[in-house]
Amino acid sequence: MQKYTLNAALAALCLGLVLLAQFNVIDQYTQTVLMFMGINIIFASSLNIVNGYMGEFSCGHAGFMCVGAYASSVLSVVLFTSNKLVGDALLPPELAPMLFPVVLIVAGLVASVFGLLVALPSFRTRGDYLAIITIAANYIVISVIENLDIIGGPRGFHGMKRVINGMRDMVDIPWMFIWVILGTLFSVWILRRLVNSTYGKGISAVCQDEVAAEIMSVDTNHVKLVAFMVSSGLAGVAGALYAHVYGYVNPQAFNILKSTEGLVMVYLGGMASLSGSVMAAILFTLLLESLRFVIPGLDAALHAVNLLPAGYELSQVWKWVLIPLILILLMQFRPEGIMGNRELSGVFPKLRRFYTFK
Amino acid sequence: MPLLEMKGVTQRFGGLQAVSDFNISLEERKLIALIGPNGAGKTTVFNLISGFYQPTEGQIIFDGQPTAGLRPHQVTARGIARTFQNIRLWHEMSVLDNIRIAQHHRLGYTIWDAFLRTGRFTKSEGNIDAIAWEMLEAMDLKDAAHELPRNLPYGLQRRVEIARAMSIRPKLLLLDEPAAGLNSADVDGLIKLIRWIHDEFDIAIWMIEHQMKVVMSLCEWIKVIDFGSTIAEGTPEEIQSNPVVIKAYLGDDTI
Ligand SMILES: Nc1ncnc2c1ncn2[C@@H]1O[C@H](COP(=O)(O)OP(=O)(O)O)[C@@H](O)[C@H]1O
Ligand SMILES: [Mg+2]
Repeated sequence: MQKYTLNAALAALCLGLVLLAQFNVIDQYTQTVLMFMGINIIFASSLNIVNGYMGEFSCGHAGFMCVGAYASSVLSVVLFTSNKLVGDALLPPELAPMLFPVVLIVAGLVASVFGLLVALPSFRTRGDYLAIITIAANYIVISVIENLDIIGGPRGFHGMKRVINGMRDMVDIPWMFIWVILGTLFSVWILRRLVNSTYGKGISAVCQDEVAAEIMSVDTNHVKLVAFMVSSGLAGVAGALYAHVYGYVNPQAFNILKSTEGLVMVYLGGMASLSGSVMAAILFTLLLESLRFVIPGLDAALHAVNLLPAGYELSQVWKWVLIPLILILLMQFRPEGIMGNRELSGVFPKLRRFYTFK
Repeated sequence: MPLLEMKGVTQRFGGLQAVSDFNISLEERKLIALIGPNGAGKTTVFNLISGFYQPTEGQIIFDGQPTAGLRPHQVTARGIARTFQNIRLWHEMSVLDNIRIAQHHRLGYTIWDAFLRTGRFTKSEGNIDAIAWEMLEAMDLKDAAHELPRNLPYGLQRRVEIARAMSIRPKLLLLDEPAAGLNSADVDGLIKLIRWIHDEFDIAIWMIEHQMKVVMSLCEWIKVIDFGSTIAEGTPEEIQSNPVVIKAYLGDDTI
């Protein structure tokens, strides 16, 4: 029984959060922050497959998130609400709560197909060249969407709020909050299963010595393909959740800055450590949220002591000074991140007594 | 039918002819050596057999089938395993995982089985674990199972690399300078190990080796190459007294 302690605690925590949200004990703002935590966990841990486990340097992860966000948004709006694209809803809106997981999965599959944009070049190039290709993939996705007027182009795409409100009208529970929790658990769960299987350990073999991997019977091209597609597919799921939490998507929300956030989380947590990515995503989300209050506070304080000119306001743009600064400090003082390449259970072996992973 | 046949194999790198018109017919269960001075093209011959390079000319036939067009992991799956001149273990994972990963050719499950932990997955992983532990046991490496290779002494790393290759259960084992960097006690251990593997697993072994002690005490046939061309072949006794070989090794001092 003891073996299930951690699993039970996690289930209780999630259920507790849902109940607290249902009875409005935690307000909408806190719920939103928690949802972004979940989305960031998916985003960071999926990026860790490529950047940590496989040792490639992908800087365009947000591109796949963008694909998932748009694919799911268009799909759910077309399926469950009357819209400008096809007119009436294609399916009775009552199906929305049941079919929403399908929308998430389709978004993931579409994003994983876009993963081919970097998976196929990875057969022939590595390192810096592949990094440039990932940036290019990020820009390709954004530019294509900005030029697709039918889904709003640079103005973005909305209508997802109506889908979610439709669900709430039928059964009044915090739907998105539940989907994000389930999506996060699902993502971390399949990633753990992947990296703990002999199949998935082939990814680390490719990272550590690709020639040896190929000659020791690992189909390295296949392994790369799978790693990139799983990674981009889960980024797509993160994007789909993001789009439905916000109720609105805009291509520029998924530019290289968003990809950088993913990099900061992966390196903060530690390469090839899933528990590291999870912790880093939680910390990073809290940090970003705190900046919303810290920056105006700092602004007021600096004006009070006349360190800033009267006309100048310290805006949220300064977040883009602080995030790269974190990355620089991290690389300088703890390049291996919080966890190195270890898992929590490696640091605290006693934890193993409290969970079993099937 | 020979296990491995190479017919007129030539490998050019740009202007350099690393291997020229290489021929061999290796029977099952033989233990032979390929020797020659540094840069003679020995490793290149192994790289050609592994499918790492496709020969510029000529044909390689393993177990009755040409290997042309196969990727290295496919050649390995057919039954050729090897070690490397410079040890190439995966140093950031345990010795046990090093051996497990070399079982990719017999996985027999897909990524979906891994996600869902199907019966097929559990069975295959169980089988892989059994093979890995059996090999660690046989090679006297059980105590090192959970160590990282880079924390092991050099001689033990060599042994792990051979264990990893053998865990593939090959019909032909290629050893690229297995005694390089070993002290004399380790070399004696290596000779015993190779002889034991040859008897126990009943496979063909082909080694590249500079240390004559290893070659002379193990191999029944030796092939000598220099500048990519075969300059001699025969039994250890014949090779030892062959003037062409001695000249190739000691250098031509008529200049
Ligand atoms: N991939 C390659 N590209 C160009 N030249 C190579 C390559 N591999 C080996 N060579 C050259 O081929 C020759 C034979 O090398 P090698 O087979 O490693 O020799 P040996 O193992 O007998 O010491 C050397 O001159 C080496 O520089
Ligand atoms: Mg060599």
